[in-house]
Amino acid sequence: MAKQLALIVDPIGCRAHGLCAQELPEAIVLDEWGYPILAAGPIPPHLLRRAKTAAAACPVLALKLTRAG
Amino acid sequence: MNSTLIWYISRATGVVAMLLFTAVMVLGMATAGRAGGGALPRAGVLRLHRYVSLLATAFITVHIATAILDTYVNIRLIDVFVPFGAGYSPFWVGLAAIVVDLMLAIGITSALRRHLSEFAWRAVHLSAYALWPMAVLHGWGTGGGDASATWMIAIDIACIAAVTVAAIGWRLRARTHPDTAARLEGDLRHARETIGAHS
Amino acid sequence: MTMIDTTRPAVRTATAAPIGAARLIGAGTGPDLQSHLARLGPLPTGPLRAAALITMTEAVGLAGRGGGGFPTSRKIAGIAASRRSSVLVINACEGDPTAMKDAMVIGRSPHLVLDGAITVAQAIGAGRVVLASHRGSDSARFLADALLERGSAAKRMKVVTVPARFVASEASSLVNYLNNGDARPSGRLAPIWESGVDARPTMVLNAETVSHIGLLARFGADWFRSVGSIDEPGTALVTVNGAVRRPGVVEVANGTSIGDILRLAGSAPAGWALIGGLAGRWADLATIADVPFTTAALRSNGLTKGVASISVIGEGGCVLNQAARVLDYLAAASAGQCGPCMFGLPAIAADMRALMKGDSAALDRLRRRLPVVKGRGGCAHPDGAVAFAASTLGVLTGPESGHLRRHLAAGPCPERGSDIPLVKVGH
Repeated sequence: MAKQLALIVDPIGCRAHGLCAQELPEAIVLDEWGYPILAAGPIPPHLLRRAKTAAAACPVLALKLTRAG
Repeated sequence: MNSTLIWYISRATGVVAMLLFTAVMVLGMATAGRAGGGALPRAGVLRLHRYVSLLATAFITVHIATAILDTYVNIRLIDVFVPFGAGYSPFWVGLAAIVVDLMLAIGITSALRRHLSEFAWRAVHLSAYALWPMAVLHGWGTGGGDASATWMIAIDIACIAAVTVAAIGWRLRARTHPDTAARLEGDLRHARETIGAHS
Repeated sequence: MTMIDTTRPAVRTATAAPIGAARLIGAGTGPDLQSHLARLGPLPTGPLRAAALITMTEAVGLAGRGGGGFPTSRKIAGIAASRRSSVLVINACEGDPTAMKDAMVIGRSPHLVLDGAITVAQAIGAGRVVLASHRGSDSARFLADALLERGSAAKRMKVVTVPARFVASEASSLVNYLNNGDARPSGRLAPIWESGVDARPTMVLNAETVSHIGLLARFGADWFRSVGSIDEPGTALVTVNGAVRRPGVVEVANGTSIGDILRLAGSAPAGWALIGGLAGRWADLATIADVPFTTAALRSNGLTKGVASISVIGEGGCVLNQAARVLDYLAAASAGQCGPCMFGLPAIAADMRALMKGDSAALDRLRRRLPVVKGRGGCAHPDGAVAFAASTLGVLTGPESGHLRRHLAAGPCPERGSDIPLVKVGH
């Protein structure tokens, strides 16, 4: 019933600050050049609040939450 | 309440607010300059930047409220927002009004960032570089006897030094990150053209 | 069936529907408007409505010929659903240097391209038609000349030249260029069919695709299906280059085998070839000679149609050396907007070159990096490069593993084959 949200990143906007991976290491890792690799699929409920923090932590707002599916 | 106490609270919170604003500036430049890691991860630097700015706002609010309440100086509510009209020290208080206006603009645009263009948010946010010196000048101009006290001068110098070092060490160095360099190179290879240029 | 049919048929009425596979090219008549009308007759009076065009294109399974292979009927349906005035962009750039088919149909039958564009524009209610072509190219000139011949009938159609760069002809790049002068992809988060040129719904169609529509509108679906295969009716243009006797562009009935296409180019199917363009797949021509050159058959053989080019490297050609060249090109062609592309592609290109020089660790680096780069850019450019690199690794660790061992032992091999073309002809 609760809406499902997923993480997406705007690859053109991303500047490899890497704050997202620090805020949500369970779902975001950085590749060897510092850009985020996101776990696929909807965000598990227990990580939802921290996912919003991670999106807010992006200095260029490249990380976003979107409706999944 | 004792009028002198209100006056002292106003001046004390003013000094603390300046220290906090200085910290906000330094933390902001650290964020943009990609500093952090080790003891404090970059996400922590950004969180601190935001928390300290809220704290600074709280101290500024008390500083302003007590300045209005205090009967020794003639500062009305409108003088908080509209500069150079105050009965007391119009120029230096006027600077503070500009600081308040910019502070509100920065705060509101940051809260509503998702609904604004990147350019709009950035332009307002960068006015912090004008805001902070004005705040320091306001403190010095309204300081009276305290402004020339050794401890006050030491605080002023420490704040100016901190912002200067952060600017040179971090903010100006941001250009050397590989992402920045690669994008600059991409911009050169794909130079923008005037629309509608055709053979 | 010959490569280029320069003979006039014995009996043909002024407006007979083309017979056989000589539809888009090979009629032997001039590109001017008069010859065009003499050969094919005019477009039917009364514009085709969107519903009718969708039905027709669906009935013949017309798919995009620009490399994506997306069903054209679905594309038209998507944009026709919007009530707002739309923009139609005809992609006549042909950014892939291995392909010359769009240039061929534009050079031989520019008015067929215009007819198709007009047909689609009227069906979807497009207020503006842009014919996008690379700056300084022959195609730009031919299309501009053809527009002049049309006079006021083509007043809402214009040729716009774009920078002659690989990523400039990607669909969202064209839109971005028309809006902002920035010929780089604008990302996948805001689709162009919702908000494109002038913030209007925009559809980008390949030049060959619309030229088929120009014929479909005249002669109908049954005629269209009279040639080709059941699952892929009609004809296709294929570019064959490299180590063949008669390189160039052929028009073949869909379903023609790869071997027969090679024979049209004057050579037996032998040795390695890159099929589908720079983002294509390697194929050992001898083993797939009987495979029909259709989207479905190619896919089930692990290949892709892409921009329908076959680049034969021939005897003595080295897949590894060619792969290093192609990846260097694709890395340099990056728009430089997305981290995984602007750092990942040069790393992959360097790894392939290192592998060519004998660095065995490069193989592991490639295996690690390819899935990391895939899918994480703002457009399909890195995906194409990754798929090509993966195809290369598949060949080098499979049928050519002996050749790879020689590289790992002794470094680069003396290359004697044909290079995959990396420079556009006609620019």
